[in-house]
Amino acid sequence: MKRRDFLAGAAGAFALPGAALAQVDPLDPLVWVVTNGAPVRKGKVTLVLPQLADNGNSVPIRITVDSPMTAADHVKSIHLYSERNPVRNMANFYLGPRAGRAEVNSRVRLAGSQRVTAVAKLSDGSFWYDAASIVVTLSACLDES
Amino acid sequence: MRRARARLALAAAALAAGVVLAQERGIPPGELKSGSAFLGSDLRTLQNDDFANPGMLWVERGEKLWREPAGKKNLACAGCHKDSSMRGVAARYPRIDAASAKLLNLEGRINRCRTERMGAEPLRYESDDLLALTAYLARQSLGLPVATSIDGAARAHFETGRASYHRRRGQMNLSCGQCHDANWGKRLLSEAISQGHPNAYPAYRLDWQTIGSLQRRIRACLSGIRAEMLPYGSQEYLDLELFLAWRAQGLPIETPGVRR
Amino acid sequence: MGARIQIPREARRGDVIEIRILIQHPMETGYRHDDVGHLIKRNVINVLYCRYNGVEVFRADLSSGISANPYVQFYTVAEASGEFEFTWIDDEGEQGLERQSIVVKG
Repeated sequence: MKRRDFLAGAAGAFALPGAALAQVDPLDPLVWVVTNGAPVRKGKVTLVLPQLADNGNSVPIRITVDSPMTAADHVKSIHLYSERNPVRNMANFYLGPRAGRAEVNSRVRLAGSQRVTAVAKLSDGSFWYDAASIVVTLSACLDES
Repeated sequence: MRRARARLALAAAALAAGVVLAQERGIPPGELKSGSAFLGSDLRTLQNDDFANPGMLWVERGEKLWREPAGKKNLACAGCHKDSSMRGVAARYPRIDAASAKLLNLEGRINRCRTERMGAEPLRYESDDLLALTAYLARQSLGLPVATSIDGAARAHFETGRASYHRRRGQMNLSCGQCHDANWGKRLLSEAISQGHPNAYPAYRLDWQTIGSLQRRIRACLSGIRAEMLPYGSQEYLDLELFLAWRAQGLPIETPGVRR
Repeated sequence: MGARIQIPREARRGDVIEIRILIQHPMETGYRHDDVGHLIKRNVINVLYCRYNGVEVFRADLSSGISANPYVQFYTVAEASGEFEFTWIDDEGEQGLERQSIVVKG
């Protein structure tokens, strides 16, 4: 192994835990269900979440994928993963060439501050992802009404 | 001469009362802010989205219920109200019902119509149907200023409501005014304290994940300060609703509000 | 289940149109407790379909991670006049259905 590669590997091993979570782990069983072990690269996908949530019960989320959405080249599906929710696979959206535009908006529940990841499966079998961090604060008063 | 003097005395008394009331306002009229001013931009955007505002699900349902016949007389609300616009009606509530001399909020008015004119069962507080009808009616007054009257028979209810607002209560021994008059705008943990106005109710509250009435919100505050929550429909809540409406006079109706 | 749909009434063939849907449903997570401490059973809409003239153009698997009164916005290409049909099913097997027609010119 070349010295350069060894140093790059060593640097990766010393990466902070946060950085490890930022990568989509291709071996994560939830992701494996979709990718079957194929590499998931960062890019093409843009995940938009507010930096600070008004309330974790309803947070607006937008996922767009840079794709011409033609029969030959389109997004087949988008998979949304949470780092801290009890149900980590939050949603899956199935598109296809008839979508015209690879964009989905929704409102999600987030159980605390965390990183959310969106994985897109393209028609050529490749996988791409984006991740976004959000701070979720708690209500000031307990509401028993 | 005597009549003129009597009239002058009456005018002076009214002016004095008005002056007293103005001094009693915890927040000067020029500084009134709706609850939406204390939201993050995302929730404000959601409230203003006529389609995606979740409260609109109930407004739509209310519009349907308005036209549906109900009760022994098989009458719909629209049957009596026909083509008359309900715009401006919600802005005047709570108000005294002339027939019974009782103070009625919108929920009370709807139920009175149902029981007395439609031969229908009254709707429970926080039932989907009552929330839908109140949301629909309040929505008809969207943008209109809150304009309740505290004249005549309403005056006594107003005084009771005001006393209630300023009374310390609960384990935390707090009055409404201590947060919402003296400390609005300041932060309680991570949230900004609002001025506590009723102009966006019924409101979709994220904490409830559904729409709820003003009384539900008042109960939530009482729960928050560890005070006893009175049953829905209690006279104390009605009087407080009237006081809150007076206090919010001039603020535009925003129903259905979106709140945390 | 009440629902609101927003689709343009009219479009030109080939236009990419925006579709918005808002469904009245508590999306009960199954992690909340009632006031006597019993767990409230999970009940969420788990799948949502959108068919355009009978052909599926969008599908979503949803979970408790989607907010109450779920909102979804997506896109499709206006191909022909006809009907959009939305169906969804929750954990208790309750089905929802809404339809809206579209006129496509050109």
